[in-house]
Amino acid sequence: MKFEQWKDFESGDWQREINVRDFIQRNYTPYEGDASFLKGITPKTQKLWDEVLELYKKEKDSEGGVLDIDTKTISTVSSHEAGYINKELEEIVGLQTDAPLKRAIMPFGGIKIVEKSCQAYGREVDPEVDKIFHTVRKTHNDGVFSVYTPDIRAARSSHLITGLPDGYGRGRIIGDYRRVALYGVDALIKEKQEELETLNVDDFTEKVIREREEIFEQIKALEQLKVMASKYGFDISNPAQNAKEAVQWLYFGYLGAVKDQNGAAMSIGRTSTFLDIYIERDLKNGTLTEEQAQEIMDHFVMKLRLVRFLRTPEYNELFSGDPVWVTESLGGMGIDGRTLVTKNSFRMLHTLENLGPAPEPNLTILWSTRLPEGFKKYTAELSIKTSSIQYENDDEMRVTLGDDYGIACCVSPMKIGKQMQFFGARANLAKTLLYAINGGRDEKTGKQVTPRFEPITSEYLNYDEVLYKFDQMMDYVAKIYIKALNAIHYMHDKYSYEAIEMALHDKDIIRTMACGIAGLSVVADSLSAIKYAKVKVIRDETGLAIDYQVEGDYPKFGNDDERVDSIAAQIAGRFLKKLKRYPTYRDSKHTLSILTITSNVVYGKATGNTPDGRRDGEPFGPGANPLHGRDTNGALAVMNSIARLPFEDAEDGISYTFSITPGTLGQDEETRVNNLVSMLDGYFAQTGHHINVNVFDRALLEDAMEHPEKYPQLTIRVSGYAVHFTKLTREQQLDVINRTIHERI
Amino acid sequence: MEKDLSYYAKVHSIESFGTVDGPGIRFVLFLQGCNLQCKYCHNRDTWDINGGEYKSLDEIVEKIKKYKNYIIPSGGGITVTGGEPLLQVKFLIELFKKVKQEGITTCIDTSGMVNITTDIKELLQYTDLVLLDIKHIDDEKCKQLVGASNKKEIEFAKYLSENNIKMWIRQVIVPGYTDDEKDLIKLKEFLKTLKTVEKVQLLPYHDMGKFKWEKLGQKYELENVRQANDDDIKRAKEILEI
Repeated sequence: MKFEQWKDFESGDWQREINVRDFIQRNYTPYEGDASFLKGITPKTQKLWDEVLELYKKEKDSEGGVLDIDTKTISTVSSHEAGYINKELEEIVGLQTDAPLKRAIMPFGGIKIVEKSCQAYGREVDPEVDKIFHTVRKTHNDGVFSVYTPDIRAARSSHLITGLPDGYGRGRIIGDYRRVALYGVDALIKEKQEELETLNVDDFTEKVIREREEIFEQIKALEQLKVMASKYGFDISNPAQNAKEAVQWLYFGYLGAVKDQNGAAMSIGRTSTFLDIYIERDLKNGTLTEEQAQEIMDHFVMKLRLVRFLRTPEYNELFSGDPVWVTESLGGMGIDGRTLVTKNSFRMLHTLENLGPAPEPNLTILWSTRLPEGFKKYTAELSIKTSSIQYENDDEMRVTLGDDYGIACCVSPMKIGKQMQFFGARANLAKTLLYAINGGRDEKTGKQVTPRFEPITSEYLNYDEVLYKFDQMMDYVAKIYIKALNAIHYMHDKYSYEAIEMALHDKDIIRTMACGIAGLSVVADSLSAIKYAKVKVIRDETGLAIDYQVEGDYPKFGNDDERVDSIAAQIAGRFLKKLKRYPTYRDSKHTLSILTITSNVVYGKATGNTPDGRRDGEPFGPGANPLHGRDTNGALAVMNSIARLPFEDAEDGISYTFSITPGTLGQDEETRVNNLVSMLDGYFAQTGHHINVNVFDRALLEDAMEHPEKYPQLTIRVSGYAVHFTKLTREQQLDVINRTIHERI
Repeated sequence: MEKDLSYYAKVHSIESFGTVDGPGIRFVLFLQGCNLQCKYCHNRDTWDINGGEYKSLDEIVEKIKKYKNYIIPSGGGITVTGGEPLLQVKFLIELFKKVKQEGITTCIDTSGMVNITTDIKELLQYTDLVLLDIKHIDDEKCKQLVGASNKKEIEFAKYLSENNIKMWIRQVIVPGYTDDEKDLIKLKEFLKTLKTVEKVQLLPYHDMGKFKWEKLGQKYELENVRQANDDDIKRAKEILEI
C-alpha cells in the first residue's frame, strides 16, 4: 500500500499489512515530561460545551432522564441523517441520530426491550417497526428464549445467574477504530475481500460458511460507514491526512459501532498515543498549534460524552447511571522498554479539566511502576480532583497481552483488533453457597431450584462438609452457566452480529468466554466463619436453613490476613476449573472476572442471610471489595488482600473500588499526590489488578443526595466505571455512602 | 503466662495506611496503655493497660514487611503511637532494630512524659523522628488538662535536641484550653531553644472521639467546648510565627 497521506511517517510492516501496532512503534514520540505544556479551553470549545451542558440539563429534566427517542428509524451504521450540536462550532462531527441526546432504537437485540424502554419514557415504538420485529424478523432475544432449557430458566429467575446479555446487546467488543484513520475504508475493504478469498475452500463446512457470511457482512458494514461519513460531507475511503482528520475518521469508526449496537460496554480502545503521531506531525509542519490540538481532543471527548443508549429502568438497576463504557486506555509501557505515554495521553486526561469531570470516556490508566513520574503525578492529581479515573496493572497484563491491548468495559483486557470476548455477566457464588447448604432449595422461597442435592442437616456447620457440598453446587452452577452463555452468544452472532466492530478486527481472532462471579467476599467470610468460629444453623419448620448465628470471632477478608485471604484466593480458581469442564461456543477460552459493576446491590437484595452474619438483602461488596465495614486495618491491608487474588484465575479482571477522604490521603495537595502515586506503585507491585480511586468526603455525597441540583457534574467511580452520582438510584447512593470510605479521625 | 516484654507488645490496633503521622506512607502501630488522661483524647480506648492484645515481635515485623512496596518508595516508614508507646520501650528497641534492617525508617509519636532511662536512650538511637506532642507549656494548666506535670516532656524535648534527634512538635489546639496568647508565646520561646525541630504541627481539637468515651461509660469533660476551626489554627500559627 502506498498513500500520499503517509508522508513523513517511518515506513515498516504496517504498510504491507494491517498492523497498527507496528505503525505506532515506528512513529510515536514518548513523552517523559510534566503537564506544564497543556493549554486551557478555547472560547469556541467553551461555547460549544455550554450548549452541551444546557442539553444535559434538559435531558435530566425529561421523563426518566431521556431527552428524546427516534422511535421510527431502525438504527444501523448509516440509518440517520447528519446531526449536529452547533455545526459552526464543531471541530469533530457525528451523532448517533439526527439530534444530540436523541436515542435510537436498536431492535435486533430484542424488540421487547425497545418497547419497554419507550414505554418507560412515555413513548411508543412505531407500529411498522413493531410489526416487522414481531412477525417478520427474529431477534437475538427471541433466539435465546427459543432454546433456553428449564434448568437455565430456573437458575435465571432465582438469581443464581443474573445480568445475562440475553435481552440486550453483549458489547465488550473493541473495534480497532484506528484502522479507519490509518488506512482509510477502501484498503480495509480490500483486505476483507482477500480474507474472503482465502475462505474459498473445498471443505465447505459450517465453520467456513459462517465465516464467509460474517466477512461479507463486515464488508457491507464498511461500505455503510462510508455512506454515513458522506452524510457529514467526508470521504473516508482514503487515509486521514492530518490530525483533525485522524480524529474524525477514528470517531466515525466508533460512531458506526454505537449506531449499530446497543452493547453493554462500547469501549473505544487505546487511541490517544496513536493520534499523537498525527498531532506531532502537524505540530512539526507548523499546521497545528497546541491550542488547536487540545481543541480537537476536547471536541472529540465531547462527542464521546454524548453517546446514549435506550435502556429499560431494570437495566439501570444492574448498571446504573446510563453508562456506555467508552473506555479509553492510556499510558502503559512498550515491550521495548519505552513508555507509551505521549503528550496526547496528557491531552486526553486534560479534558477532565477543560470540560470538567465526567464518567465518560471511562479513562483508564495502564499503570506500570516504570511510567514517567510526570505522568504518574498528573493522573494522581486528577484523580484527587475529579474521582474520574481508574487504574489497571500494565506490568501484569503486558506479560500475556503485549503492548497494544485495551480495556473493554471495566476491567477486561483484550488485544486490540485481535481478540474479542463473549460477555457473560456473573454467577452469584454467595447464593451458590446457600444452595449447597440447602441442597438446591432457595433460601428465600423454599423452592427446589436445582435437582435435589443432599442438604446439610447438622446444627453447626462443618467446614469440610460445607466445602464438599459447595464444590458440587459450583459444578452444577458452572454447567448451567456455560449452557446459557453458549445459547446467548450463538444467537447474538446469528441475529445481532457486530459487523462494523468485527470489520475492524483481524480474520482470525482470540475469543474468550468471559464468565464472572459475584459475592466473593461474602463467600470467603462465610467459609472463614465456619472454619474459625462456630456457625449455628437456624431452620424453619420445613428444614430450610434461613439464618445463621456466628459464635466467636473469625478472620475477615480485607485485613491482609492469610487465613481468610487464602480461602478467597482459591474460590476463583475452583470455579474456573469447574467452568472449564464444559465446552464453549466457538471454542472460546474460559475466563473469569471478579466484577459486579453496580449489581452488587441487586445481587445482595436477592440473597438471604449468609453464614458470615450478613443479613438478608444487604448488598455484597462491589467486585472483589471486602464487605462494607469489615476491613479494620486500613486501606493498604485491603489492597494486599485483593492483590493476593490470582490474576491467572481471573484474567478477565479483578475489580477494587477504593474511596478515601482527602484529609486521610495527606495534609496538603502535594503530599496527597505523592502518597497516591506511592500507593498505586505499591498496590501494583503487589500484583493488584485494578483499582477505582475516589477521593471525597462522605458529607459531600450526603449533601449531593439532598441537593442533586448543586452537583450536576459530581462524578464518582463505582465498580469498573464512573457515574454522575446524582444519576444513581437512591439505594445505590446509600450503598456508596455506607461503603468503607477510608478516613482517620 | 508472663510475656517477655522485649518480644511481646500490647497492641490496640494497626493502620496500614497512615499519612499524617510522619512523612510518606506509614504503617501505624497503636500500642495499648497510657500514662496520661488527656481530656480531649480521641483514642480513649487505648488508655487501659489491661486492654489490647499481645502480639509477638515476629508477627508485627512480618506484618510491616508486607507493606514495604508502599512504604519505601513513598519515603515513609513505621510510626508507633498509642496510648503512650514509650511505656513499652523494651519491645520498641527490638522492633526498631528489626525494621531498620529492612530499610524501614522509624518514628515515635509520644508526649515525652517519661523518665529518660537507659532503655529510652537506647531506643532513641534507632529512632529517625519523634513526633513530640507538647501537651501544654504552662505546667499548672498542663496538670489540669492531661493529669500530669509537663516537666518530663520539656526535659525530653531538650534531650532530643542535645542528641540531634529530629522532631516534629505537635500541639492540640483546644479553644479556651491551649490557645491562650501568652502560653503560645511561651511555647514559641521554648521551641527557639531547640535545635532539631523540623516542623510544628497544630492539630485542631475535634470531638469525633467522644463516642469512644461514651462507649466506655466515661464522662466526656469537654462536652461544652467547641471544636477548633481554621481561624483558630491560623491565629495560633501567627502567634507562633510558623
